[in-house]
Formats: sequence, C-alpha cells, structure tokens
Amino acid sequence: MFGKLGLDSIPFYDPIIVSLMIMTALGGAVVVGGVTYYRKWGYLWSEWVTSVDHKKIGIMYFIVALVMLIRGIGEALMMRLQLAIASGGSEGFLPPEHYDQLFTTHGVIMIFFVAMPMVIGLMNLIVPLQIGARDVAYPFLNNLSFWLFVSGAMIVNLSLFIGEFGTTGWLAYAPLSGIEYSPGVGVDYWIWALQISGIGTTLTGINFFVTILKMRAPGMKMFRMPIFTWTSLCANVLIIASFPILTATIVLLTLDRYLGMNFFTNDLGGNVMMYVNLIWAWGHPEVYILILPAFGVFSEVVATYARKRLFGYTTMVWATVAITILSFVVWLHHFFTMGAGANVNAFFGIMTMIIAIPTGVKVFNWLFTMYRGSIELSVPMLWLIGFIIVFTIGGMTGVMLSLPAANFVLHNSLFVIAHFHNVIIGGVVFGMMAGMYYWFPKAFGFKLDEKWGKRSFWCWLIGFLMAFMPLYVLSFDGAVRRMSSYEATEWQPMMIVAFIGACIIMLGILSTLIMVAVSIKNRHSMKYADLSGDPWDGRTLEWATSSPAPFYNFAHLPKISGIDDFWRQKQEGREAIGTGPYQDIHMPRNTIAGPVISLFSMIFGFALVWHIWWLAIVGGIGMFVAFIARVANDDIDYYVPAAEVERIETEHKQRLEEYREWVKQHPEEASHLQVRMQG
Amino acid sequence: MASEAVTNHDDHAHPESHDHHDTGSIKVFGFWVYLMSDLVIFGTLFATFAVLLRGTAGGPDGSEIFDLPLILAGTFMLLISSFTYGMAVLSMTAEKVDQVKKWLWITFVLGAGFIALEIYEFQHLIHLGYGPDRSAFLSAFFTLVGTHGLHVFFGLVWILVVLYQLRTKGLNDMTRPRILCLSLFWHFLDIVWICVFSFVYLMGAL
Amino acid sequence: MRKNLYAKAAGLLLLLSLFLLLGGCSSALMDPKGQIGAEQRTLILTAFGIMQIVVLPVIGMTLFFAWRYRRSNHNAAYTPDWAHNTWVEVVVWLIPCVIVLFLAGLTWYTSNSLDPHKSIAEEDEETFEIQAVAMDWKWLFIYPEQGIASVNEVAFPADTPVRFRVSSASVMNSFFIPDLGSQIYAMAGMDNDVHLIADEEGTYPGRSTNYSGSGFSGMTFEAHATSDEGFDEWVDEVRESSDSISFDDGYLELLKPSRNHPVEYFSEVSPTLYDDILHTYHSGEPVEVLPNETGYKFAKSDDQDEQDMSDSAEAAE
Repeated sequence: MFGKLGLDSIPFYDPIIVSLMIMTALGGAVVVGGVTYYRKWGYLWSEWVTSVDHKKIGIMYFIVALVMLIRGIGEALMMRLQLAIASGGSEGFLPPEHYDQLFTTHGVIMIFFVAMPMVIGLMNLIVPLQIGARDVAYPFLNNLSFWLFVSGAMIVNLSLFIGEFGTTGWLAYAPLSGIEYSPGVGVDYWIWALQISGIGTTLTGINFFVTILKMRAPGMKMFRMPIFTWTSLCANVLIIASFPILTATIVLLTLDRYLGMNFFTNDLGGNVMMYVNLIWAWGHPEVYILILPAFGVFSEVVATYARKRLFGYTTMVWATVAITILSFVVWLHHFFTMGAGANVNAFFGIMTMIIAIPTGVKVFNWLFTMYRGSIELSVPMLWLIGFIIVFTIGGMTGVMLSLPAANFVLHNSLFVIAHFHNVIIGGVVFGMMAGMYYWFPKAFGFKLDEKWGKRSFWCWLIGFLMAFMPLYVLSFDGAVRRMSSYEATEWQPMMIVAFIGACIIMLGILSTLIMVAVSIKNRHSMKYADLSGDPWDGRTLEWATSSPAPFYNFAHLPKISGIDDFWRQKQEGREAIGTGPYQDIHMPRNTIAGPVISLFSMIFGFALVWHIWWLAIVGGIGMFVAFIARVANDDIDYYVPAAEVERIETEHKQRLEEYREWVKQHPEEASHLQVRMQG
Repeated sequence: MASEAVTNHDDHAHPESHDHHDTGSIKVFGFWVYLMSDLVIFGTLFATFAVLLRGTAGGPDGSEIFDLPLILAGTFMLLISSFTYGMAVLSMTAEKVDQVKKWLWITFVLGAGFIALEIYEFQHLIHLGYGPDRSAFLSAFFTLVGTHGLHVFFGLVWILVVLYQLRTKGLNDMTRPRILCLSLFWHFLDIVWICVFSFVYLMGAL
Repeated sequence: MRKNLYAKAAGLLLLLSLFLLLGGCSSALMDPKGQIGAEQRTLILTAFGIMQIVVLPVIGMTLFFAWRYRRSNHNAAYTPDWAHNTWVEVVVWLIPCVIVLFLAGLTWYTSNSLDPHKSIAEEDEETFEIQAVAMDWKWLFIYPEQGIASVNEVAFPADTPVRFRVSSASVMNSFFIPDLGSQIYAMAGMDNDVHLIADEEGTYPGRSTNYSGSGFSGMTFEAHATSDEGFDEWVDEVRESSDSISFDDGYLELLKPSRNHPVEYFSEVSPTLYDDILHTYHSGEPVEVLPNETGYKFAKSDDQDEQDMSDSAEAAE
C-alpha cells in the first residue's frame, strides 16, 4: 500500500532531526495561525499563489530562496563544526552517513534552491521592466515554473523528516548513486527534486528567451538593452541548451535505478565516465547561468552609483556572449584526473583559461566605469568592490586549477572547495545581495536599511575570508573534500578558524534579515519610502515607473531611442509621468493551474521515491488533467479599463509631487538626488 | 467590457496594443524554442547510444535483433503522417474545418499504427530475453527509441485534444496556433525518427 | 566611519598574509618529496606569480578608484559620459590575452611533461610496478614481481620510478600520495596508471580523494619510501604472513565493505588477480567469463545471491 514507506522511515532516533521537526512544526503552526488570525488566506491565494505577475513571482522566488538559504547555512555550520572537532582519531559529533547527507543537501540546496531562484527571481522582477514589457511572453508558464521549483524544494525538505537524502555528493556521481551502492531512497529524493524543479527551470529559460527577443518596447534594439537583460538572455540560452542534458541524464539514472537498466553501472556494459561527462556537460554551463546575471547586476550597480555611463558597453556584451559559448567546451576540466591523454587535457585546460579573458575584460570595464565617476559608497557599491576583489582571487585560483598538471595535485582537495565558494559567494551571492538591495524599492516601494546592509556586507566579507582562505592552505597539505574526520591534528586550528568564519557569515545572513525587518517597520517614513519610483537616480527603464511598479508596469509603452534612455530623458527633462490620455491595457488573468499541476507533481515525485505506485499514477493523472483543463480554458486574459489606469497613474503623480516638495524642504537628506532635481 | 474588448482586437490599432497582436506568432516561436531544447535531449540520448553501442555484455547487437521490414513499415507510416498533417495545415489556411478534422484523423491513425508496431517490437524483444536490463546497448536502444515513441504518443493525445477543441470551438485564435505548434512537433518527430532509423536501425543492421 | 573601514581592511590583510605564511613552507605540496611533486610546485608558483600581473593591479585599482572618485571628493575629475576609449579597450583585451597565451603554452608543455601515464624512468632504468585496487573502503596493493600483496600499506624503494596501475573494485576513487605528486582516478574495469618517484626516504600519507561512500574518510594508507635494503626487509615481513589471496580465495572476502581497515599482508597472491578484478567489470567490452561477472554481487549481498552465483557457475561449467 505505501511501498517502502513505513513508520520506521521517520528518523525518530536522531535528536537533531527530531528537534528540527518540532521547530518546523511550531514555525509552521505560527505561520498558519497568523495567516488565519489576520484572515489573509484569500489575499495570499488571489494576490500571490495564483498570480501571473512577473514581479510577484520574482519576489516569491526570492523569499523561498532566503528560507532555503537558512537551511543551507545551517548545514554549512554543522559541517564546519564537525571538521573543527573531528581531528586526530575523533569521530566528531556526526556519524559519516549524516555528514555525507549534509554536504550533499548543502550543495543541492545552495545551487538549485538558493542561487538559482535568486537569479531567476531577479530576472523575473527586473527583465520585463528593463525592456519595457507589460509581462513575460507566457505568464501562465512563469507561474507554473515557480510552483514546480517550489515542489522540488518541498521534496528536498520532506527528505529531512521522512527517510533520508542522498549521500552521494551534490552531483550524485555514478556508480555510487546506482541502486547497487545506494539502495536507499536518498538518491531517489535527489532525482525527483532536481527533475521537477529542473523542468520548471527549462520552462523559465524558454519563457525569458522569448520575452527578451519578442516583447521589447518599440525602439529597444538588441544593442540598447541594459546589460542585466543581456546577461539574463545569455543565461537563458544556457538554460535552454544545458538543462535538457540534465533532464536526460537524470532520466537515464532513474532508468538504471528503477528498471534495472545499465547506463552507468559497473557491469553489463555500462559506462561510469559517461555519467560524469554528461553531468558536467550540464554542470559547467550551470555555473555560468548563475554568474552571468550577477555580472549583469554589477554592471547596473556600478553605472548607477558611479553616476556614469557603463564603460565599454559593446565589449561587455561580446564578452558575455563569448563566455556563453565557451562554457560548453570546458566541462572536462572537472575530471582531468580521469586519465585522458595529455593533449585532450591540455585542450580543455586552455579553453578554460580563455574564459578568463572575457571575464577579465569585464572586470576592467567595471573598473573604468568607476574611473572618473562620482561614486556613492552605498551598500550595492560595497558589494561590488568586495566582489571584484574576492572574485578576482577566485578567478586566479580557477586558472590554477585549469592547468591539468597542477590539477593533478589540487583536484578533489579543499582547494576546489575554496575556489568555487570564492566565485559563487564572491560572485553570485554578493551579486544577488547587491541586486536585492538595489531593486528592493522597485518591488516594495521602500528602501532597505543602509546601516544593517553594510553590517551584512562586512560580516559576509570577513566571514568568507576566514572560512575559505584557510582551506586553500589546508589543501596544500593534502586535505580533501568530503572527509568527515581526519588524522592530522595540525589541520585543526585552521578548521576552527574556518568554523568561526562560517559563524560570521551566519551573522551576515541575520543582518540581512534584520535589515529587512527594520526597513519594513520604517517603511512609511520619508527616509525609507520610495515615492519617486527612482530612488537611486537610475539609468534604465525599470526606474521610469512607480515603486512598487503597477501590475501593468507601464501606462504607456515606452519608446526607446538609445542606451540608458531613461537617464537621457531625465537629463533632457522629458520624462512623461502621469500624462494621459490612457488606453485600455491587455493583461493575463490569474491561474490556479500552476499550483495545482505542481502539487500533483510533488505527489508524483514523492510517490515514486517511496515506490507507492498507485499514488504516482494519481499524481501523473492529476498533472495531466489539470493541464488539459488549463488548455480548455479560453478566459485567460482581460482588459484593464483606461479609467483604472488613469486613477493609478494620477496617484503616482501625486506621490511624486509630494516627494519633490519634501526634497525641497530637506535638501540635505536627498543630496544624492541633486542632479535629478536640477534636471 | 473586458470580454467585448477581447473580441474586438482591431479596434485597438494603436501601437499600445502591439503586445497582443502577435501572441499567435510568439506562441509558435516559443514552441520552436522548446523543440530545440527537446532536440538537446534527443542529442544526449543519441550520444549515449553511440557510447554504449559496443556495450552488449555478451548479449545481442543490433544486427541480431532488428527486424528491418517491420521498422520500414513504421517509418513509412510516420512519413506519410507528416504529409497528411501538412494537408491538415493547408486546409486550416483555407478555412476548411471539416477537411482539417479529416486529415487530423488520418494522421492519428497512422501515428497509432506506428506506435502499435513499436510496442510489438519491444514486447517481442523482451519476450526473447533481450529487455533493456540485458545490456547497456539494449538500455540505450530502448531508451532512445522509447523516448521518441513516448513523444509520438503525446502527439496522438494532443491530436485528440485539438480534434475535440475543433468540434467545440472551431478555428479561432486559440486553436490555430495550437494546430501550428502541433504541426512543428509532428514534423520534428519525423526528423528525429529519420535519424533514429538511419543511425540506430540501418547502421546497426548492416 | 571611514577610519573604521581602513582598520578593518588592514586587519584583513594581516589575517591573509598570516595564513599564507603559516601554510607556505612545510606543507606536502610546497615541500614535495618527489620529482613530479617538485615540478608541480614550480608550475603552481609560476602560474600564481604570472597572474599577479593582473590580480594585484585590479585589487589596487578597485580600492584606489573607490577612494579617489568618491562622491565627496570634489577635486577628482568627473566625466559622466565617458564610456569608450579604443586604447583602453585594446589594452584590457590584450593584457589577459598575453597572459593566457603564456599560460596556454605552459599548459601544453606541462600537460605532456607531467602526463601521469608517461614513464619517468631513464632509458636503462627499470620501472617498479605496483597494482593498486580501490575497494570499499581500503586499498589493495599487489606486487606482481614479488608475488605479494598488502592492504592499506604500500612500500617501494626511494629513487626508483614506480608505476602504479590503478583500478577499482567498487565505485570511483582517486589514488593520491600528496608528497609525491599526481593523483589518478581508480575506476572499475579500467586500467589507469600514474608514474611517481620518491626522492627521499620516508613515510608519506596517501588516500583516496574521490568521495566513495560512508567509509571514505578512513580510506587512507601509508606509503613507505625505503632504502633498497629496507624494501627487502619489508617484503620479507610480508612473506611471513600466513595469509594468501586469489580471486576465488580471499578476494571476495576482502571485497565486503569495511571501514578503517587495518593493515594486512598476503604472502602469496595469484598472478592474475589484478586482471581478474579488471575483467569482473567492463566498460563496453563484451565479457565471456560470466561467473566472474556475478562475483561482485556475491560479495555485496546475502545468501540468496550466493545461491545464484553457484547456480550460474554450475551453468557455465
């Protein structure tokens, strides 16, 4: 009846998990109780869950990502504590099986359920605004993508309390992930969590690719698009081209595990290295899916806060395109030690280094944007400076790893761990934090607290350096990744430093949460409220509309005549805010199909993990019927009457005037907006 | 008010409403992009098949198990169904709903015939003890051909849905792009099959 | 506020240099005990040094520009529309290109000179062969010439080129002695190899670096680089063991997963053991010896499969 699932699948024996279970239950009860008490279920349902508004979907991606980030950092702390203890014969406080699960879930969560949703969330929030569109090309698919992602995240979280997650490392190398060596349900959780959320990601890729190519405002030529949109476009090309490889690879592993096939088995003709090749053929482009949009964020941030045009726009675009293409011809550098021939290794090593050229050019372009600028050292700018320094170091260690002969001693060591945290924390996380601070007013209509923002930055920077610089040193003494204990007592001091560093990063995350809380509390004060819609004196189109942007984004579709068109409009004093006459606006309707299909997909995945075949059939049929019902529905769009648009726009105009009046009375408080007020 | 506006697209001839004028073409373009991503899946499966071609583990190789006349019959069914689908699209541009339905039914029958032959082939092989768990080569073979077959199966379901919608709604702005997307899908499956037929069956049998 | 910022930055730099000082001198990779490792150290340091041409100026410029062009500094130039300069762009492309060109040459050269498959023996020198098999979770070392084998301990004469043939009887592992240099993957059914040499006598820690399951952390061994006499003594010691090992006798027992496996010696080893293990698994090659194929399953699982194994062995006869 319930397949492999039984009461003994719940790890009651593990005090850590039981206490987590109680905490989650209490937290869940508080949330449910709160929503019920304030009677917000209807609001949540109609304004958020079923929403097809790209901005709200973007915000929801970010919220889920922050929740998952807390789980991910919790796991990191446990691992670092374990390694700070488990030295010289001590087993530490975690048995190897538990530790192995931690580094597996940590990797999976941080990449798939933190970094990816942050990147996709920002894309959702900003790309349509930056290209002057009213929505994405396929609003329903966008909602579905989000909920498929949530369903994947829920499957990962279920594994914490019911059964176990994989103990194979985040990429589940075969044959370790095969049924012979991992007979439990852990790898199956990995499979279905990634498969379901991965399909959502592929849909997002197609959606944004078409949106950027087909939905741009009149006059927004390709080479007038903001760099964040360009990098998003390239990231989506990478998603479309690489995620199907992941889907196919996971399907093959699934067939091995469920139907006894022999793709990646040791015997009956299977080929283990084929798995490693396939997974990295997806895996390497994946890291560029994450980093390219972060590059885009920094390109916007540096131009805005240096109050200067981005240096070398065209170069920046071509560098991005070059990285996109090159990212597909370097995957073998993840396993030089497989023993391929010297020339094969040299080829992939050199291709990898070549990526450093366009990346280096980007760094120089940011530097020359700062050069002769008028730099406001605000929070996003601090993230940018931190990013350039940390990422440059990460890039350097990356090039060191790309030398095959050096890789033979550095591979699989803590050097690799330090390197990719160097580029992922220093690049992606710093970028997303900068983007969150920068675009928060556009999403919510008020700014984030600067003091806590800076605290968060310093905690992250110092914590990062303390947590990962020691790992470079340890790697030179042969310390390897994924070991849960070690003999060499001389490594212990560095491990303790690394643990303290991880704790400081945790403080950084807490600062971020406090920053949000403080800002929510003060959101109505003039210092925090963003009445103008353009709090940083921005350059790109998203700042041309009110904050938070109305659900239709723009009352009139903007007409674009060059790069940084909004900036030029402001300079020439021809911004058109609150001017009629208005037209009816065509908008998509909310849909329940996305959440319903995703709910069934989660049931489907969970049932397959536990071999509950009847439930899997229920889930499969549910998904299918919900999809057909959606297809049969003709009533998917409507028109916003012009009068409604006029009402909203007039309100915005009033707020803007109120703000300008306030600025006149408090010139010192708004000194950074001088240029704008003069114009 | 809203629904009235929806039915009167042409009243909104100003540039503001350009975003919904070409929703049909955006749908078809997006579907084309999806097909490209699907092509990557097939590409991966072809690569896998090539790698595992010699992984027969003492089991049979292609030449011992492929029944070319049977495959050839299926191939012709699929090729002809592509032609009949083309006829359905032509009828759609000519606004002949009954013709569209007729050609779609013929396409459906041919596609179903193809699937029937494939199921027969698979169950025959499994019956002989050459199931997908026998060797890596057979795993790759069953997966590649089966994935194509699964696509054809979903194409058949889709044809049924379109036929139903044609009966209830007729040809309109909703059904037209769907017929065009399905057309892309169906021809795409034909092209993939030609690759399967040449690389898997012909090269395997020779 | 700014003063505070400087203090923090200075503190960070101190911290950083401290780490580098601490780790620099005595670690396995920076103070290698073999020729391969020494060349790899040179390579790492060369690449590191070359890249400082870009890294240091970038870090310096970042901090300098951020300070120099801060909004409150009214003495600094401000050119809001300056966004293109052909010379600057040529230079920023050129510098990384030149560095990568140099590194590419270095890559090509060292990929060949430090190819793990390449013999490092002089013309008249003989290569000493040791076969290493990764198992769950221990290393089996086979000495084909001496006809002995050991678990989790390997010994070889210093100053003698050693060829390790590396394979796996389980999942993927990686064979690595950090003090000596290159590692190589151990994969079932694949005959990989790495050539190493110890220039100094000593005992060096070795381990699997590729995660292979719950016993991975304890998958370590000691590598003794000895004098010639020392090696003979070690061989004699192994020969005193009462245990012997061949595929059908002892190997399947050893194959059962075990953690932190103690050192074991086998005074006698079947000459075909390494090849037998290789042929148990196969990557795409048809296998004729079917009983071998079930060997693994016998070792991993319960009595039911044991029954199957003997059945299929009978069938093969």
